[in-house]
Order: sequence, then structure tokens, then C-alpha cells
Amino acid sequence: MSERNTPPSAEIAVRFNKVSRHFGDVRAVDQVDLDIYDGEFFSMLGPSGSGKTTCLRLIAGFEQSTSGSIQLYGQDVTGLPPFLRDVNTVFQDYALFPHMTVGENVGYGLMVKGIAKSDRELQVKDMLEMVQLGGMEKRKPTQLSGGQRQRVALARALINRPRVLLLDEPLGALDLKLRQQMQLELKTIQHRVGITFIFVTHDQEEALTMSDRIAVFNQGKIEQIGTPAEIYEQPKTEFVAGFVGVSNIVRGDQARRVMGKDGNFAIRPEKIHIVPVESPAPENTFCAIGAIREVIYLGVNTRYVVDLDTGGELSVLEQNLAQDSMNVAAARGRKVQLIWQQSDCRLLQG
Amino acid sequence: MALIAENPKKASLATRFSSLMFRRPRLLLFLLLAPPLLWLGIFYLGSLFLLVIQSFYRVDDFSGVVIREFSLETYKTLFTPANMEVVYRTAAMAAIVTLASALIAFPLAYYMARYAKGRMRSLLYLAVLVPLWSSYLVRIYSWKLILANEGVLNWILQTIGLSGVRDWLLDLPVIGGPSLSFSYLGMFFVFVYIWLPYMILPINAALERVPRSLIEASSDLGAKPGYTFRKVIFPLAFPGVVAGSIFTFSLTLGDYIIPTVIGNSSFFIGPAVNSLQGTSGNVPLAAAFTIVPMVIMGIYLLVARRLGAFDAL
Repeated sequence: MSERNTPPSAEIAVRFNKVSRHFGDVRAVDQVDLDIYDGEFFSMLGPSGSGKTTCLRLIAGFEQSTSGSIQLYGQDVTGLPPFLRDVNTVFQDYALFPHMTVGENVGYGLMVKGIAKSDRELQVKDMLEMVQLGGMEKRKPTQLSGGQRQRVALARALINRPRVLLLDEPLGALDLKLRQQMQLELKTIQHRVGITFIFVTHDQEEALTMSDRIAVFNQGKIEQIGTPAEIYEQPKTEFVAGFVGVSNIVRGDQARRVMGKDGNFAIRPEKIHIVPVESPAPENTFCAIGAIREVIYLGVNTRYVVDLDTGGELSVLEQNLAQDSMNVAAARGRKVQLIWQQSDCRLLQG
Repeated sequence: MALIAENPKKASLATRFSSLMFRRPRLLLFLLLAPPLLWLGIFYLGSLFLLVIQSFYRVDDFSGVVIREFSLETYKTLFTPANMEVVYRTAAMAAIVTLASALIAFPLAYYMARYAKGRMRSLLYLAVLVPLWSSYLVRIYSWKLILANEGVLNWILQTIGLSGVRDWLLDLPVIGGPSLSFSYLGMFFVFVYIWLPYMILPINAALERVPRSLIEASSDLGAKPGYTFRKVIFPLAFPGVVAGSIFTFSLTLGDYIIPTVIGNSSFFIGPAVNSLQGTSGNVPLAAAFTIVPMVIMGIYLLVARRLGAFDAL
């Protein structure tokens, strides 16, 4: 775990202590240990069925753990129903009450608490302004666009000033532009309210963009926890190396031939450089000779797939800086040398 | 172009017809809607219209002949206390049957929609639907036997020592009687039994459409289950309750077999219409009686809409 990124004084907002949740034979969450700090933007990243949403639902109280315990700010909440937990959720489908207006939706939590109507209306007004939906109180959720519903769901959760806000793939249904805009806005709002955000997503780019820390989930277990840079630059397992960004995995005989080491290694395609065959390899680098098999033009950069003479292949990403990138396709079949820093090679566990 | 498979002029009749319909969607719509609209228009609305007209004819008191002139005589007769008593009695029975059906149906429909899984679910749907497959008359006559003094219900009550409860119920004024099969109470049981599926199914359908996440959201926002039920589940299921109550209410208002077979032979609207148009030959009054349930249902729907029953649709 990444102890060194932990602010030393930070309070623990959510603690998982050997938490498991089984559905019949399926171990949706399997012996998870996890600390999330106060004020953090924490992402749970993983493919569908990896247990990230179940973890979120365990924090909210919609699911109860099969074993282990969960603490919220030091208080054991294992077994507590959702309505007794000081957390709020932004649902994937927004879950806005269709028979209520936007104002009634946002004010629901305050109404439950028995706050007077006039006071409620003031707070709803403020909250709607914060999510840039000022004056929309009287609309029905069906009259809103996807992005607007998203904001209502956010306002409805935040108005209760929860200690932790849970977001279950809230941007999944939005189109790319709106998604990117909402990513920024969520970040801004989090800074403003200072609440711990726990964000579930299967989109690695989204997790990298928004998070202070990320937990990568696979098959009910956490593969790695760390800052976006740690997760990307120093993946610990083959799963993380492959799920977050793209990696060349070099293993077994190939690793021995190319790098003279045993083990499985991950190398990011953009860390590898293409140089002429005869150029000498600088110190502390690895190199390999091969022929370019595939050239895929991607605009900002170009992906090359190189068949190595020693067997196997490496994927290389070069930025399209030079003018002659118009003719990248001509490189197909060319004999080249690949070099990369030894330190860019990550030894993977398992 | 290879994309156009055939020369349109040589195309088969079916292809040409399909193309024509594609180009003229309004023609297609007309062809599809004309038969049902004609059916509804002529047989349904037409007969209803004739009914309304008939209710404004009157019967000559001496000759008993129907006089086909506009008159409010028949409605004057309808509003006499004796006839209005029939209307009140029927409406009261319909209202109580509807209320009881809703109270019994809701928990079952809720369980079926939210909790029942797999076999249990299929079994419950079957249990609700199977009674509808057998003859309505057979079921009513079975109930007459079940409720009779010599019937199985009495035997069970005697065996478990609850005949006292039955006697107490039958001694009650108005709803009691000589036996369950000759009392309003028995009639009420049979009405609820017969119409219950019509209440369960719409409520169930409405509850099925309430996403689980709404209930979770309410709980997440601090609401205890009872609060969630009052503020989220029930309002969203209310259109289903209204739909179900339209069935139970209007079916009870119009039924003539149950009040004839079960009960103490006091008149309800159904039997009244039956005897007026038959033995007494007073078709105008029968027609006027038939208008009553329609008016009551119209008012009922207006009130339901006022209450917001259809807002969540």
C-alpha cells in the first residue's frame, strides 16, 4: 500500500477491515482491506463484476457484508441500515423521484429530517445554484436532459452535507463532451465542499483525471492502491498494467533474452523509442532489434507494432512531432532498433 | 446499383404493396386503425348512445307502452327514494369491496413485485390468474354452497370452535342475515374473491415499474421504511391502485349475478336493470339505471385525476 502518500494527520473516513460479500458461490468482494482518508477524491476502478460497486453499496448500507467490518470516521457501521449512515449516494441511473419536482427531489433529505419548508426552499435554491440549475425548482425530472438530471442527483445528495459522498458511475450515461465537463465540475465542487468523494468507475482515464488516489479492483480483490501517477507509472500486477493504459508485458524466455532477467515485466509503449539499427545503445538502457509490422496513425501519435528478431512483439507509441509524420505508413517493414530506460521496466508480482 | 435488388416495376405484388405503405405511412395507419375504430364506433359507442336516448323515453303508466318522445319522466322515477336506495346500496357495496380488495391486494402485489423469485413468483402469478380461467358462474355457485349453513365454511368454524364469531357477525344489523349465503356479508366476500385479481395485477404492474434504486435513494437520504413507503412507493403505485379500483368498482356496480345468487334478494343495480327490461318491460328506466354507474365512474375518474393518480404515468 502507498503509505507515503498518506497525509500523516489525515483522519480515516472509511475503513474496510477484511470485508467480504458473497452472493452464493460468487465472491463479489473478497477479504478487502482499505483506508480512505478524509477529504480525499478516491476512485474505485475496475471492470464490471470486479466488486467496486458492491464495495460502494457496502459503504452506503444497501448491501451487508458477509464477514469483516466497515468503519465510518471511527464508528463501526457494519449492519447499520442506509438511513442511519452519514453518507449519501449519487446513483448510476440518478434515481430521481419521478413524481416530485426538482426542488422536492433536492429537498427530500431535509424534509426527512423535518426541516421547515421555508428553510428547506432556501437551501434547495442555493444548492441548485451551485450545480448551475438555478430556477429549475418547479420542473419535473422528465423535463431535464441527462446532464441536468445528473446535477440534480448531485445536489440532492450534497444538500445533506454528508461526511462521505458515494458516486456510482455517475457519468456513465453522458456523452464525451459533457462527461469531460462534469469531471472538471465534480472536482471543483469537491474542493469547494471539502467532502470525501468515493467514485466508482470502469473508465481508467476518468479515474486518472479526477482522483487523489485510485484502488484498482479485480475479481473482488484490490490489486493496487495509489496515486494516479503511481498506478500508471508503477503498476504492481499484470492486471493493473493492462487495465490502466496499455502495457507491453514481457515474460519468461523473452524477458531473459531481451533484458537478461527472470520475471514478468511491463513497459509502457510511449517509453520505448525507435532508433536506427546501427545507433549505439546509451547506458542503463535495454535494446532490441525488430521489423515494423503494423503502423496505426492516431493523430497525436502513431502506434507501431514491432516483431522482435528474438521472437515476440512490442508495441511502441511515438508522438507525431515532425513534419514527415504525414508519411508514417512508409515505415512498415522497416528494420529498427528499440531502446528504453531500464528504470521504465516494471517487475510485476505473481 | 447493386443495392436495388429488383426493378420496382417487375417486383412482386407484396413488395410493391410494402413499398407503397412505406411511402404512404398515413395510408397504412388508416388501414390498421379503421377496423377497430369502426367496431368501437358502431357497436360500442353506438349502443351506448342508443342507451342514453332510451333513458329519455318514458313508459305510459296505463298501457305500459314505451313512448318514444323526449321526456324527463324516467329520470324523475329514477330519483324516487325506492330507486335511489338501490343506487346507494350498490355504490356502497362497490366502494367497500374496492377498499377491501385494495387492502388485501397491495401487500401481495408488493411481495410479488419486489421479493418473490423464480418458482415462488410463477406460483403466485398462477394463483392469481388461474381462478380467471374457470367459469364465473360455477365459482359463484360454489361460494353459495361454501357459505351456506350446511356448507364447508360453517363446518370448519364449528370444528375449530368459532361458530360464535359467525353467529355474532350474522346477528349484526344490515350486513347480517339468516346465513352467510343470504347476507350482505357473504355477498361482500364473494365480490372481493371474484374481483381481487383485477386489483392485484394493476398494482403489481405499477410496483414492478418502481426501480429498486428509488427505494434505495430514499433510504440513503435518511428515510425510514415507513416514510419511504408513504412518500415514494405508494405515490408511484397509486395509479395502479386507481386502475385496479376502476375494475373492482365498475364491475361491482354493474354485476347482476352475484346479488342475484348470493344475498338477501334486495335489489342492486344489475338485477334491477335485468328485471326492468325483462318482466316489467320498462326499458327506459333500465337504461336510466345503466347510466348511473357510468356517471359514478366519470365522477370517480375526475376525483382520481384531481388527487394526482395519473401524474406519475
